[in-house]
Amino acid sequence: MNAVLGILREVLHLFVDDGSLAVALILWSAAAFWLLPALPVNTGWDAVVLLLGYLAILGENLRRSTRRV
Amino acid sequence: MHQVSAALAAFLASFVEFVEALTIVLAVGAVRGWRPAMVGTVAGIALLIVLVAILGPLLALIPIDAVRLAVGGLLLLFGMRWLRKAILRAAGHIALHDEAAAFARETAQLRSAGASAVAHDWPAAATAFQAVVLEGVEVVFIVIGVGAASNLLLPASIGAGMAGSIVVVLGVLLHRPLARIPENALKFVVGIMISAFGIFWLGEGMGFSWPGDDFSLPLLAIVLLAFSLAAIPMLRRPGASAR
Repeated sequence: MNAVLGILREVLHLFVDDGSLAVALILWSAAAFWLLPALPVNTGWDAVVLLLGYLAILGENLRRSTRRV
Repeated sequence: MHQVSAALAAFLASFVEFVEALTIVLAVGAVRGWRPAMVGTVAGIALLIVLVAILGPLLALIPIDAVRLAVGGLLLLFGMRWLRKAILRAAGHIALHDEAAAFARETAQLRSAGASAVAHDWPAAATAFQAVVLEGVEVVFIVIGVGAASNLLLPASIGAGMAGSIVVVLGVLLHRPLARIPENALKFVVGIMISAFGIFWLGEGMGFSWPGDDFSLPLLAIVLLAFSLAAIPMLRRPGASAR
């Protein structure tokens, strides 16, 4: 049982190392999915805005991580 | 274009995972004998084959946009996690991964557990089994993640298969962990490639159109690479050397 729980924990750890990064990425994905089509953004730019959001989240996470590591 | 990217991403990512699994299996073999190491390895591979046999047909039942959203989201989390760690390592904020140290740590643990008095050394076999399953699940996820969203399972599988073959041959020939492999540089590249795939599939799954269509995937990788290379010197800890 412990081995199974250990494996499940490791599988979760595949995707989530820093919880705040994972939560921010998921929230931005959901927000982009629901909000970007409603905004007056030209086709082709919605994907670029999605990418810029991910880069901003990674950059902010790295900045915070280097302060606390 | 995507076929080469999928094969390369699966090859590099799987190579890293196979190297990590090999380190543990070698430690088990060197300390507790090759029989339990092989029993654990074969049992782990058998479980992974069952997993693929169950998951593969299930994926075909799900609508492609849903697969792209789900797989893209998981690839994004997986890739960004690797990329974040690779950048922090390159900037000197966390220690580099060291296979030789991992091998030494694992052999010390196995030795301290003592030799098994029974004919079948199940704890040693379980150690090898767990390593093969854990690293193998990552390989299965990478192959399915990179390949399933656009019928690229074959090139992704070939890439992972080649990586596995090379690592097994090197392991059999050398009988020691592959400590000279530039694992952190590989993880940096893999983090970029997997993140690029994840962002691309998420965008496609959301119904967004990428400028340049198929050519946007390598462009995404280039943007992520440029972002990461720019971030490293800005985040570098004073006194840390460039890696």
